[in-house]
Formats: sequence, C-alpha cells, structure tokens
Amino acid sequence: MSELHHMGLTALAAGLRARRFSSVELATAFLGRIEASQGALNAFITVTRAQALADAAAADQALASGAGGALQGVPIAHKDLFCTRGVLTTCGSHMLDNFVSPYDATVVAKLKGAGAIMLGKTNMDEFAMGSSNETSYFGPVRNPWDVRLVPGGSSGGSAAAVAARLVPGATATDTGGSIRQPAALCGITGLKPTYGRVSRYGMVAFASSLDQGGTLTASAADAALMLREMAGFDPRDSTSVEREVPDYVALLEQPLAGLKVGLLKEFFDKGLDPANERCIREALRVYESLGARLIEVSLPNLPLSVPVYYVVAPAECSSNLARFDGVRFGHRCEQPRDLQDLYRRSRGEGFGAEVKRRIMTGTYVLSAGYYDAYYLKAQRVRQLISADFTRAFQQVDVLIGPTTPTPAFAIGAKTSDPITMYLNDIYTIGANLAGLPAASIPCGFVGGLPVGLQIVGPHFSESRVLSAAHGFQRATDWHTRVPAGYA
Amino acid sequence: MSAWETVIGLEIHAQLATRSKIFSGSATAYGAPPNAQASLVDLGYPGVLPVLNGEAVRMAVKLGLAIEARIAPSSVFARKNYFYPDLPKGYQISQYELPIVANGSLQIVLEDGQPKRIGITRAHLEEDAGKSLHEGLPGVSGIDLNRAGTPLVEIVSEPDMRSAKEAVAYMKKVHTLVRYLGICDGNMQEGSFRCDANVSVRRAGADKFGTRAEIKNLNSFRFVERAINYEVERQIEILESGGKVVQETRLYDPDKGETRSMRSKEEANDYRYFPDPDLLPVVLDAAFIEAVRATLPELPDQKAARLARDYGLSAYDAGVLTVSRELADYYEAVVRAAPKDPKLAANWVMGELAAALNKEGLEIDASRMTAARLAGLLTRISDQTISGKLAKEVFEAMWSGGADADGVIAERGLRQITDSGAIERAIDEVIAKNPGQLAEYRAGKDKLFGFFVGQVMKATGGKANPAQLNELLRRKLSGG
Repeated sequence: MSELHHMGLTALAAGLRARRFSSVELATAFLGRIEASQGALNAFITVTRAQALADAAAADQALASGAGGALQGVPIAHKDLFCTRGVLTTCGSHMLDNFVSPYDATVVAKLKGAGAIMLGKTNMDEFAMGSSNETSYFGPVRNPWDVRLVPGGSSGGSAAAVAARLVPGATATDTGGSIRQPAALCGITGLKPTYGRVSRYGMVAFASSLDQGGTLTASAADAALMLREMAGFDPRDSTSVEREVPDYVALLEQPLAGLKVGLLKEFFDKGLDPANERCIREALRVYESLGARLIEVSLPNLPLSVPVYYVVAPAECSSNLARFDGVRFGHRCEQPRDLQDLYRRSRGEGFGAEVKRRIMTGTYVLSAGYYDAYYLKAQRVRQLISADFTRAFQQVDVLIGPTTPTPAFAIGAKTSDPITMYLNDIYTIGANLAGLPAASIPCGFVGGLPVGLQIVGPHFSESRVLSAAHGFQRATDWHTRVPAGYA
Repeated sequence: MSAWETVIGLEIHAQLATRSKIFSGSATAYGAPPNAQASLVDLGYPGVLPVLNGEAVRMAVKLGLAIEARIAPSSVFARKNYFYPDLPKGYQISQYELPIVANGSLQIVLEDGQPKRIGITRAHLEEDAGKSLHEGLPGVSGIDLNRAGTPLVEIVSEPDMRSAKEAVAYMKKVHTLVRYLGICDGNMQEGSFRCDANVSVRRAGADKFGTRAEIKNLNSFRFVERAINYEVERQIEILESGGKVVQETRLYDPDKGETRSMRSKEEANDYRYFPDPDLLPVVLDAAFIEAVRATLPELPDQKAARLARDYGLSAYDAGVLTVSRELADYYEAVVRAAPKDPKLAANWVMGELAAALNKEGLEIDASRMTAARLAGLLTRISDQTISGKLAKEVFEAMWSGGADADGVIAERGLRQITDSGAIERAIDEVIAKNPGQLAEYRAGKDKLFGFFVGQVMKATGGKANPAQLNELLRRKLSGG
C-alpha cells in the first residue's frame, strides 16, 4: 500500500470503486504524509483529520453499496480562500485567522457532492496576493524540490502539497498566474479554466474580473476529472456562464496530428532564461513529432499586460477588501477609541505589507482625477490584449510557450523588490486579462528544478487545452517525477 | 418684489416594493427584529456575490416609461466606495455613468393653475444601507442590516423648480406616480419615500446658478417646504450681507425648523466609483420594454383628464380625486352607483368624506363608508328626498355605524317636505306671528328674508325643500 500516493486522482477513484483499498486507508495514508511534511513544507494551514476520517468512513459505506459520485472517497485539499462550512478559512491572513465560514463555497459543495474528502486547507499568499507564497501570515511554503526555494504563489500550498504527493489533487485560484506559476515551479499540472466556467461564489475575492478557480493535480487526466466535477453555471454567481460542461475525461484522447500550435513571439523575449527556453523548445519538438504544426504568431499588446494587471487587480482588490473592517467578522483591534480607530487599527494590524501595498495602489488609481488616466486606460488596453488573442486564435488552435521566465527562486530573493516579483507573472497574466483557459504542465528540468510549459486556448476550450496537455504527457514522463524525499 | 430667484432640484429616493432585496433573497418587510432579514450577502461575508433581482429592474422600467424617459438598452452597476458601519461591503452598489432611466419629465400645476414641466435627468437603481442603533446601548453602537440591500430607485430632477411650493408639488406628483405604478408604497414615516433637496439662489435674471447646498433626507412634504424656505432665507441673508454661500451638505432639524451644516465640499468623500465586476450590464431589449409597457396602469394625468372630460369636473377637482388610484377608484364607484350628479359626488368625496377620513387618520381603502352607501345618500339628495344640509346629518349617522341612507332618513324622519301646500301653510303661520318684521321687510329691509327662511325651517324641522321655500316665501312676502 506504500504506493497509493503515486496513483493520482483518476487511478485512486477507480481503485476505490473496485474496492482495492478503502477511503479510510487513503485518508489515513495521506494525512500521515501531510503531518510528516508540515515542518519542512508548511503546505497546510488547517488539517481536518477527524472530519476527514469520518467523511472517509461514510464514503466507504457509500462505495460498499455501489453509490457515490465520480470522486467518491478521494482525498483532496482546498486552497484556504474557498469557504468551508465550520472550518477555518483564513486566506493566509491575520485578518481572517479567526474566521470560521458559515457556508461552503460552490466549488467546495460540488466536490463534496462528487464524494471528495477534504483533508485540509492549504497555505497561500495573503488574500492570493503574491507569486512566492512568502506573504502568508502563516509563514512561507517551501518548495518540495528544494526547501530553500519558493513553491510559487499564490496557490503555493496546494502546489507543494500535490508535488510532494500529500494529496492527489487540490483546488486553487488564478488571478494573474496563481495556479500556473506554482504548478510550473513545483513540476505539476495546473489548470485555470475560462473566466465564468467555475463559480466564484464562496471564493474570497481578490480581483473579481480576473479570479478563477481551478485545479492542481499530477496529470492533465486528473485535472479533467476534477474540473468536470467543479465546473458549471451557478445562479449565485452572475459572472458564471450558463453553458453545458463537457465530459473533459471522455474528450482527453483527441489526436495532436494537425493541431495548429501558436508560438507567441512575445513569450520568447530576452526575459526568458536560456536554460528554460531550451526546455520549452525541446517540448515543442515533442509536439511536432506528434503531428502538430508550429506557427509563429504575435500579440503586439501583450507586453502591456503586467502594467495593466497591476492597475486593474489592485483597483478591484481595494474595493473587495473594504469589507474587512473589524465590524462583523475577522480581526478587530483591542479597545478601539472610536470608529476611525477601529478601522485604522483593525485593518493596519490585520493586513500584511503586500496587501496594503495593493490596497493603496488600487485606491490611488480609482481616485478622482486619476481614474481616467489609470483605471479607464488600463481597461481599454485590456480590451486590446483580448482582441490580440482573438486574432491569434483565428490562426491557431492553442498557444504554447513558457509559464515562467525562470525556475523556482530562493526564498527572500525578490521580497525587497515588488516589481521583479511582479514580472514573474509576465507570461501568465494575459490569459487572465482575456479570460482564457490555460494550463501549465511539467516539461523538463533545469538544475534539478522543474520547468513549466504553458498552453492557452480560446474561451471554453478546456477540452482542447487538456487534450493537448494529455497528449504530451502520454509521450513524456516529466509529470510522474516526484521530489526526492517524497517518493 | 424679490430681487432673488430660487433654484431647486430634488433627488427622490423611492423604496421599490419588491418582496426580496435587490441583490439577495432576504425579505424586505418593515419592522422585523434587528438583523432578522440580513443574509450572508447582506452582511457582506467573505466570498458572497450579488445577484440582481429582476423585479427591481421591471419596476424601474415602469417608472421610466411613465415619465416618458429613455430606457437604457444597457445600464451598468457601479461601486460607490466608502467606509461606514451600516455599509457592510465598504461600498454601495449603485448606478453611476450608465443609469437605467434617463431624460424624462413630469408636469406639475402651479398655484395659478398653469402647468409646468419639470425635467428628470435620470433615475437609477441602487441598494439601501443599513442603520446604526444607539438607543439602549450605552457606550456602543448597534447595527441593523435589515434595510441593507433594499432596492431603491433614485429619481434626480433637473434644477427646474423655483419655489418650495413647486418642489412640494413635484414631490407629490412623483409620490402619486410611484404609488399608481405599484412600485413603491410611498410610506414616508417608514422612509420608503424621501428626498434630498439641492437649493441655491441667484439674482433675478442672472444666467448662472448660485452655489448650492444639499439638504439631506427630508421625509415629509412639510419638511421639504420648511427646509427649503429656511435655506433660501439663509442664503439670501448671507449674500445680501456680502458673504458667499459654501457648497455643502446640510441637515434639516424639524424641531428647530432650521438647516445646519453636515460636511463641506472639501470634506466630501471621493467615492472612487467603478463598474462592479460582480454584476453584468443590465441589457434590455425592445420586447422586454414593450412587455413592461403593457402592464402600465392608467396614469394620474390620463385619469384626471378622463374624469374632467367624462364627468364635467374642473381640472382642480379632477387633480384632487386622482391623487391616489384608490381615491379615484372610490370616486368612480360612487359615480357608477349614483350617476345623476358626478359633480355632487366629487364635492362629497373631497368634502365630507375626506374630512371624516382625515379626522380619524384613515386612508380611503379603510373608509367606513363604502362607495355604495355614499352613492345611496347622494341619490337621496339628487331626488330631493333630503336637503344637502340634512344630508350631512345622515352622513354622520351612517359614518358612526348607522343604517344605510334610506334607513337613517326614515328613522329620524328627515324626509324633505316638497309638498307646496305644507310649506305654504308653514310660511303663512310664520308671517302671521311676525307682523312687525313683515312691515319692515316690505319697507325695504331685504335682509329680513333670511330671518323668515330661518323661522320656516325651524317650524318644519329643517325639512322644507330650500328651493321651494325660497320661491314661495318671496312670493308671499311681496304680497303675491
């Protein structure tokens, strides 16, 4: 049974249905791995052992009677910004370190409905603001490939947990790359769906027009299974789209022969580490060998995506985080003198430096006299970037390129310079601005560290993105590599 | 006489009569225990999202159509950001650059009977805030979020009004309209209908507006009139003594009858409006708008014109009778049952009935006198069974729970004497008893005619038909 953690979500679900092992055995094994890793990786904020074992026992009963959903009995973890009823939901912040959610996010409820067992809540950058998981109030997550390095962010806890096989799958969110960048840095498969594909209800908002829930798993096949159970229209989220959810699992085996793969000129720029670039080029040759056609395309406005993002996202964040005022929930300062004091100290104490930086930036760009020059202009450029993508997808089926400029970097290396940190998202932000589905899959190693390959598709083309990833994973084994010490 | 001209614009907030809130499923009923009607969405919990109530949209479109405004094919909700404990999310969802209704107007009638058009710049949808509670909570403030998220339509007029009376006439007109449309209960005590008044003065003939003050949260017609009049005098005083009016927000204190400064323009919030990314634009097609148009009731002006035309009423009377749909319905029910004299019916509905309702603080739909019973009484006046004067006595008896008109008339023997012989006999007796007055009358003291009328009425217990009495008496007194 020592090999259970290598099996992946799809195989575990099948094994459970075949009664080759029980959900309680699985939960026990993975909980043991989580607890053993916690000191080294710090991937979890909350471990829900007792509840998980009780839920697993109930799942075993359902399985015994042949009942249950597609993920019946399969253990997973949730990023700690998905609201989980009766369980701490901190968003990696002191502001919410006492917040027990009274309700389940739609994603949580759907996965629960499919039979998945929550083992705990994963660590993250505070309110999902960060690219290294260093802004968490609960301390940084460490990269299982080298604990001196960051796992990426903001979904660093979920990514490290899946990379170290502490869980076979975890939920995550992506506002500017927060699923794909940690997936790349941890050597796993991350999928950010089309904006509107997965409900945002119960996902604590950072930047509402960019946030999208998605998956972190070992393989594209596992992502297909998990997404199928998470996705769909939610009447409680006006921005979710009323559109049928395809069976992503059934659509995985689409041939790559004839696939038109776009190479974005702007992705292969001087910022891309040459060693990373060699890995990416090698991966593109794999696609060619599988029958794909490579076509160079250009998105002239894409280089503006970082500045656009750092206007739009902070603007929305400054408003979204106004509700954390010490009045109804979350951190409240001791002995407030008056209302202003209550606001100032509760928020001053509750939020960390990066969150404050973005709230202030956002407040500034929305202010009278600056709104047109910053927010409005950024929204216009955002439309130009979207239009660039639309034009590109008239020529090609998917765009493939790097997820990040470099592999994982050292903890502390970029914390003093926010701009350098922000540039880590240079290849991922475009898909958020345009609302496109995008995945990152492992495609090689540089100096023993994983490198991520990004695949971007047109709106609602998750099945095409996933089948392109799956085809690559059938031809390679990068996604099966596990860090030493977690094998 | 006045060297100053007053300029007024009103922002009216009407609470829409939806059953649930504008962005959540919570009930909107008034008077529930604090926070009993506050869901996680109303409380602004982490992760929750707003979902627009379609009924609120339909109601706003109804209003827009009734004021002949442009209904926006696409309107956008925006966030108005500011911190306050009764504002759970730290922003209010409102409409800013693209409101659902723009460019409408209403007609009011001035005191001299002349009509005047008042422009309506826009009407937009927004959510209400909660309220702070201080009573019985020493040292702390309580927050009641029952009202948070209640749908409002804010109706913004052009600065077209030139006196407090015009402002009140406009506000009453809007009040009548929203109740006709069934989109607002109009209850001003509960805050369902309230307004902010923008007031400025300028030299008569000046082409630029003066600096304005905004008086917040006026919740009665009387307060609107008093607050504006106070504010106009205050501003004129400042200007005449060489000072400058400061642009600011003011509050009206009804106990002291004065306005006082709340905050100046410099202290005003920068609300940092931006489109709410949680809500899609409200896109309305022509079919939807036409479907809403088909549900519009007969509007107050149309109804008043019809009453004036069909029943021969003055414009004024028709206006009074159509101030609410219920009153107009009542009047029309009376006229249907007593069709002989619609003008008489109008006088009674606006006179005796209105006074009786007013005395007991009742609305027309709670009237203790049904339209059918009043019609019964009017029929007896028209057919001269009783005089108008005695009819008032009958009305009172009916109002206090008596029988119907015929019953009261019979019980009390109030049937009018229309028998000329009987009236003549009474006149003869009175003349015989008062020879001195007769001589004086015949010598030219015409005023004594009233004396004789009074005496005959007294002798007949007030039941003599007045017209007959007058005619017969005149003849007898002049020796005919």
